[in-house]
Amino acid sequence: MPTAGPRSGDAIFASVERVNAELFTLTYGATVRQLLTDLEEVEEVNKQLDQMGYNIGIRLIDEFLAKSNISRCVDFKETADVIAKVGLKMFLGVNATVTNWDAEGTCCSIVLEDNPLVDFVELPDTCQGLHYCNILSGVIRGALEMVSMKTEVTWLRDMLRGDDSFELQVKLLKQVPEEYPYKDDE
Amino acid sequence: MAAIYSLYIINKSGGLIFYKDYGSAGRMDTNDSLRVASLWHSMHAISQQLSPIAGCSGVELLEADTFDLHCFQSLTGTKFFVVCEPGTQHMESLLKYIYELYTDFVLKNPFYEMEMPIRCELFDINLAQAVQKDRVALLGR
Repeated sequence: MPTAGPRSGDAIFASVERVNAELFTLTYGATVRQLLTDLEEVEEVNKQLDQMGYNIGIRLIDEFLAKSNISRCVDFKETADVIAKVGLKMFLGVNATVTNWDAEGTCCSIVLEDNPLVDFVELPDTCQGLHYCNILSGVIRGALEMVSMKTEVTWLRDMLRGDDSFELQVKLLKQVPEEYPYKDDE
Repeated sequence: MAAIYSLYIINKSGGLIFYKDYGSAGRMDTNDSLRVASLWHSMHAISQQLSPIAGCSGVELLEADTFDLHCFQSLTGTKFFVVCEPGTQHMESLLKYIYELYTDFVLKNPFYEMEMPIRCELFDINLAQAVQKDRVALLGR
């Protein structure tokens, strides 16, 4: 039964059905491994993961909106906060923080302290260019596109490459107005 | 007689992707249901433009002598609306619940193509349960 106000990420995470984290991690690992075998080029795998994430994101956004009871965000700052505090918590069970805002408020970093996708992963020398978690950036890009925000999402820091945390840069490219083009025939 | 006459789901470009009628009252053929859906889509859009309030999200309730029409639009642009007996309660929460069912049983079905007509058995089953009259009453509590 939906409640009136927005729900916290913790509350939703606790109430939805979940799968075993290890099964999730291993399944994702197997997927990436198979892509590496099939596509051979690391760059192609990055692209494919991003595309898969995008396809997930455009569907996932509706589940997020339905279960979180979130209403329209007033600006991109609120959007980024909602992704970090509610979205990532609800679907991945991780905590994230938003930092490094630029002056215009259109570009920020989402820092993940923990990431269940990489629990057992060590990147071999042959895969140094691989963005192992590229699916996540695709998900965010796809989800935001469905609520009329064109974004560019890139990894700045990656623990698999020796950094101390995971940092995703989210850059708002343009906000597509939702209004109908009612003066088309002029 | 069922309190709910029919349920419609329209995609963001105004195409009818789901229609179901309940009970005998107000039954329509396919062409009529498509007409209602596209009419409602346009009226909803016009109401947004005409509204004196900035940021208006469109008509939520249309009351007529013989029916009520409750509409819920998600932030992604999909519209859900029910046509029901005048004065039927708890329709807003039913529509939100149907939205959840749609995300669970339609969008998560890998063989469902976005924006296309919904043909998902699991969705039908869960929807039928939700629409049962006593279930509707329960949602309001």
